[in-house]
Amino acid sequence: MSQFLQVMLSGLATGSIYALVAIGFTLIWQSAKTVNFAQGEFVMLPAFFVLVCTKVLALPLWLALIVALAVTVVVLGVLFKKLVVEPILPSGGIPLTIATMALAIFLKESVKEFYGAEAQPFPPLFPSQTLNVFGAVISLQDICNLVVALAIVVVLTLFLNRTRTGRCMQAAAQNPAVAEILGINVRRMVLYAFLINGALAALASFLITPVYLAKFSNGEVLGLIAFIAAIVGGFNQIRGALAGGLLIGVLDNLTATYVTAEYRAALPLVLLIVVILVRPQGLLGTSEGRAV
Amino acid sequence: MTRLNKRPALLLFLLVLAILAPLGHGNYIIYVLTSWLIFSIAAMGLNLTLGYAGQISLAQASFMAIGAYTTAIMTLAGWHWLIAAPVGMVLCFLVGLVLGYPALRVKGHFLAFVTLAFNTLVFLVLRNEDWLTGGSYGLSSMPRPDFYLFKTLKQLPFYYFTLAVTVVAALVLWGIVRSPWGRAFKALRENPVRAESLGVDTRRITLLAFAIGSAYAGLAGALVSPLVQYIDPGSFGLSQSLRILLMVVVGGSGFFFGPFVGAAVVILLPEMLRFTAGYYLIIYSALVIVMLAYVPNGLIGIGTRLRERFWPQHRARGDLAKGAQLK
Amino acid sequence: MKLVKLLAISATAMAIAGAAHAADTVKVGMIAELSGPGAPSGTNWRDGTRLATEEINADGGILGKQVEVSEFDTQTDPQTSRALVQKAIDDGAYAIWGTVYSGSTMVNMLVAQQNSVPQFVGSEAPAIVQKGNPFVFRTSSGAQKGIPDLTSYFKRTLDAKTVGIAWVNNEFGKGGHDVFAAQMEKLGIKVVADVASEQGQTDYAADVSKLKEAAPAAIFVYMNQEESARFLIEAKKQGLTMPLIGEVTLTEAKVVELAGDAAEGAIAHVGLTASATSVPGIAEFVTKFEAKFNRHPTHDAIKGYIGAWATKYVTEMVGKFDGEAFSNVMHGLCLDAKSYPHMLLDTCWDEHGEMSRPSFMVQVTGGKAEVIGIVNSN
Repeated sequence: MSQFLQVMLSGLATGSIYALVAIGFTLIWQSAKTVNFAQGEFVMLPAFFVLVCTKVLALPLWLALIVALAVTVVVLGVLFKKLVVEPILPSGGIPLTIATMALAIFLKESVKEFYGAEAQPFPPLFPSQTLNVFGAVISLQDICNLVVALAIVVVLTLFLNRTRTGRCMQAAAQNPAVAEILGINVRRMVLYAFLINGALAALASFLITPVYLAKFSNGEVLGLIAFIAAIVGGFNQIRGALAGGLLIGVLDNLTATYVTAEYRAALPLVLLIVVILVRPQGLLGTSEGRAV
Repeated sequence: MTRLNKRPALLLFLLVLAILAPLGHGNYIIYVLTSWLIFSIAAMGLNLTLGYAGQISLAQASFMAIGAYTTAIMTLAGWHWLIAAPVGMVLCFLVGLVLGYPALRVKGHFLAFVTLAFNTLVFLVLRNEDWLTGGSYGLSSMPRPDFYLFKTLKQLPFYYFTLAVTVVAALVLWGIVRSPWGRAFKALRENPVRAESLGVDTRRITLLAFAIGSAYAGLAGALVSPLVQYIDPGSFGLSQSLRILLMVVVGGSGFFFGPFVGAAVVILLPEMLRFTAGYYLIIYSALVIVMLAYVPNGLIGIGTRLRERFWPQHRARGDLAKGAQLK
Repeated sequence: MKLVKLLAISATAMAIAGAAHAADTVKVGMIAELSGPGAPSGTNWRDGTRLATEEINADGGILGKQVEVSEFDTQTDPQTSRALVQKAIDDGAYAIWGTVYSGSTMVNMLVAQQNSVPQFVGSEAPAIVQKGNPFVFRTSSGAQKGIPDLTSYFKRTLDAKTVGIAWVNNEFGKGGHDVFAAQMEKLGIKVVADVASEQGQTDYAADVSKLKEAAPAAIFVYMNQEESARFLIEAKKQGLTMPLIGEVTLTEAKVVELAGDAAEGAIAHVGLTASATSVPGIAEFVTKFEAKFNRHPTHDAIKGYIGAWATKYVTEMVGKFDGEAFSNVMHGLCLDAKSYPHMLLDTCWDEHGEMSRPSFMVQVTGGKAEVIGIVNSN
């Protein structure tokens, strides 16, 4: 029983990180119709910004985090949009998708060449004390990750539904032409989505790297799982991405513990194929704009 | 009209070039040329999916794996390559149908996601089922095909064998693209709504294109097996699929000769950019992004654009050489 | 037909250039995993060979000829590695240094064999020296040699009745896992938990909870560096109390750096360790490496270093550049650290190219791997 609880709790903690990455992915998809295959690398990169700040520039950790957040928002938000998305989007969705794949290689290889191929330790943001819950052990770090992820989802949902800017963003995403007529600055709304994605990637990076360690190749698995989470949960829903992330985190751990370790990596993939077959709009998604 | 006469001459010239290219070179160059041909075949197949049917597939390497492992297991068991390779191709075709059917039911990038997942699944199966595939250690010492009078054990004969297979594969594809069925693609690409209203079953055609493209990857795999004489699951990972995808895009997706150009660039670039040490992938990926922004049609697209600029009279027959715009 | 002529001319020109060059230098091909998943190992291997090459050339080269190393990146792809070994040999390489990943070595060593070119590899998979290839030589003990040394520790020192195995499911981990499991069966120790994990896996909660539930007397951990570190971190979190014992990687400086406190108490059997600074040669190597590359060497760096120096020592023993003669001398050869200081330790190769030399049991205490015992070579 304590093992089951352990696996569930750990799965939720990991899943909350997947959710954070998946939410950013969903936002970009909704606002710019961009399938970002570099999403995993977007989460890998900010940790290295922090390391450059602390190791090379010798900044204190709190300042390094702020600087890295700002740099991430600029590089992965503004520059990504201006230098990659905007020039290529007119050629169509497929070239853009392929460009993000090339971008993933670019980011990965750059980090490897300019920082190093080996994994690096990363300072934890929260104390690594552990709590014992009915025989299962959960670290304060895990709890904080879960809380932060949930808080972000709540804040983001409130922002999108309750504020003027948020509703403008939604309108711009759903029907850019009509939104434009209604006087919404669509370009600005799209930019906001990219900025939020950058910030989410940075947060996810800061939360997981203490456990995952900073390595250039970290994005490969993370990116894949994040967009599986997005599709499984429902591409056009923020809470869908959350549900998908948590579900995959938990199922992955349950499979590895009780079913098979050799095929654990297959589970999210099988889940993806089944969802596409049975419910292509995702578990929580609505079918608008998805079905044929 | 003059171009109609020029075209076969040009093709013949290229073929002669391909025959002469390896002469006088060491084994390494011949090896590189052979793998260029093999990847051209895989890229040709993907070009059908991406360039003509407008769908991203990220499983080309895993179809190569299916072809390679089928060929390896059968040839190691004593079957001739001429039997093993078609079995591998048919298997890829069938798997392609089964995989593509659900993914293509829904509009959007679903084939990309499903194939992405499939690539990893194939890797897991190849690694975990040791009894069949040799697991992480892979399979080795596959015999090279022997045609009694023509043995391909040495590097040079194997190159010519691969060249012959490539030429046949290219001719078949040329026939497919030019057939009425192939023309339905063009209709589909240029105006999907109109194509559908004219009775073109877009879904079925896209699915077939994907399955045929997968069979081409199977053929490439069937050639990798005897070339390298060692296969392991790691060689057919996602990065390999991505590499093939970028070959198609860089060469010019939708152009018949795009895959050959793209494969040449991807295979030879590490050689040419050796002086940049570890930076060549960074440079390459940056160039791909820049290219997609300015010339989404790839290198052949640049060529066509230049030609149209200087010899605009050729535009009338442009549709022969030019397939899909990457859209 | 101009083309053929051109090709012929260029080939001749290349041959002449090669001959002119051959007068004062000897070529070596360094083929390693400089990019892709093997990059951490491959770059260390390369830097080890770079350091050695510099020293060898300062020392007058090999048989008076300066060593000219061409470096090639396999991208951790076996097919590419095979092509590159071919290229290095086409270019006239006298010896090959690399590769580190066993999957690549298994393929490219055939090419070196066909051309009678001696090859020093950093791979530890048992199969490499079991193929009857007379030109392949290890620079560290293979898993089938190192792990039996380790198993006596489980039997005698720990007197364990049950063990758990946590291993990474790639060709490296599988090799170690299979040898270890066979040894345990021979010794009558029961494997109560056998947990495979993926390369690049980040979440070890399920793995550790399974081991915790099975509660073996000791756990054998056989993974690559970051995976080892992540495993140790999770093991500490869930409070695994039994000894965690590894082969080579588990107590490496990089793992200790990554895992921090969580690495405390981890034990490993290491063939070569940069932490065995009580051995003068190793201490000197570590200092030189750190001065040159500004980081701590891993055992892959030491392997590359030894491979390069063994090339010099043995070639000079043979007295000429002859791959066949080189391989004949290598088999059954022992180089003692006194006369051949750059071998760092007394080192022997058997008739299959397997290497043996004294090895150590080390334990991490206070953030450093301390030697807790020396295992003599068998």
